[in-house]
Amino acid sequence: MTIYNIYIFDRMGTILYQTNWNRLKQSGMSSEEEAKLMYGMLFSIKSFVSKISPLDPKRGFLCYKTSKYALHYYESLTGVKFILNTDTTIKNVRDLLHQLYKEIYVEYVVKNTECEMGQPIESELFKLKLDQFIKQHMKSIQ
Amino acid sequence: MSRQNTRLDVKKVNSELFTLTYGAIVSQLMKDYENVEDVNKQLDRMGYNIGVRLVEDFLARTNAGRCYDLRETADKIQYAFKMYLGITPALTNWSAAGDEFSLTFDTNPLTEFVELPDNYQNLKYSNLLCGALRGSCEMVQMDVSCWFVQDQLKGDLATELRIKFNKRLEDAIPAGED
Repeated sequence: MTIYNIYIFDRMGTILYQTNWNRLKQSGMSSEEEAKLMYGMLFSIKSFVSKISPLDPKRGFLCYKTSKYALHYYESLTGVKFILNTDTTIKNVRDLLHQLYKEIYVEYVVKNTECEMGQPIESELFKLKLDQFIKQHMKSIQ
Repeated sequence: MSRQNTRLDVKKVNSELFTLTYGAIVSQLMKDYENVEDVNKQLDRMGYNIGVRLVEDFLARTNAGRCYDLRETADKIQYAFKMYLGITPALTNWSAAGDEFSLTFDTNPLTEFVELPDNYQNLKYSNLLCGALRGSCEMVQMDVSCWFVQDQLKGDLATELRIKFNKRLEDAIPAGED
């Protein structure tokens, strides 16, 4: 049970935050370029999913899985996007991401007037709380 | 876990404290700007900045889903007023096309202890609400306009806030390769 890394984007595609916990392989590019590439792919998948779906896609794109890892995607109605890479065995990541939005992002970014909206998150408190949140979760599912 | 839950509880604050704080803001703005139009604009701007953050709190707390028509949105706005101001405005005066409606208040907590001096009849005292509505709707991809058509402070029977849906905002496309 492992959580590898997280990306948070705002609705304009600005990378708000990204961090790694257990990442064994690096992409070999700057984190800025990587974030851009990630956002581009998500944007394409999202429009692909909504166009190709034979039924009305109520919730759209949720996750994809490879042989090694799973990428989970959660978008709030305000367009803030949370992307969590985990191993393939982990369950209920949607609930986790919703909880993360509610208890960490809203509490420590939205309600912190020092954090400008649409700018990368600098708040140490947020980083600490996010780290605690993820580590606590990793422990509880072991 | 339980500690976190109590933290997220809707915090009860005496509404008089809120009313008076808002009054202090308006009177400070009147001092700073000395011009009613500028104060109206400033209140709207402050409301907008509040709205873009408040909507996140609203969504996190209510777990609300996306709205598929304006009536659903109106219900949610009504609920938000209940949550944040403790009042339930009536939804009235729907336009035939269904793209405009009014929120009618019997009481407005912002104006509880307020009387407008005669020379400030153009002051939109509660204009912060318009900004907040506009800001929060914009964050969920809706472009709306809001304005007061009736105000108890100006001798009307009720306070009526008009909301007009302009258009849906589209998702941003990713920045192109440089």
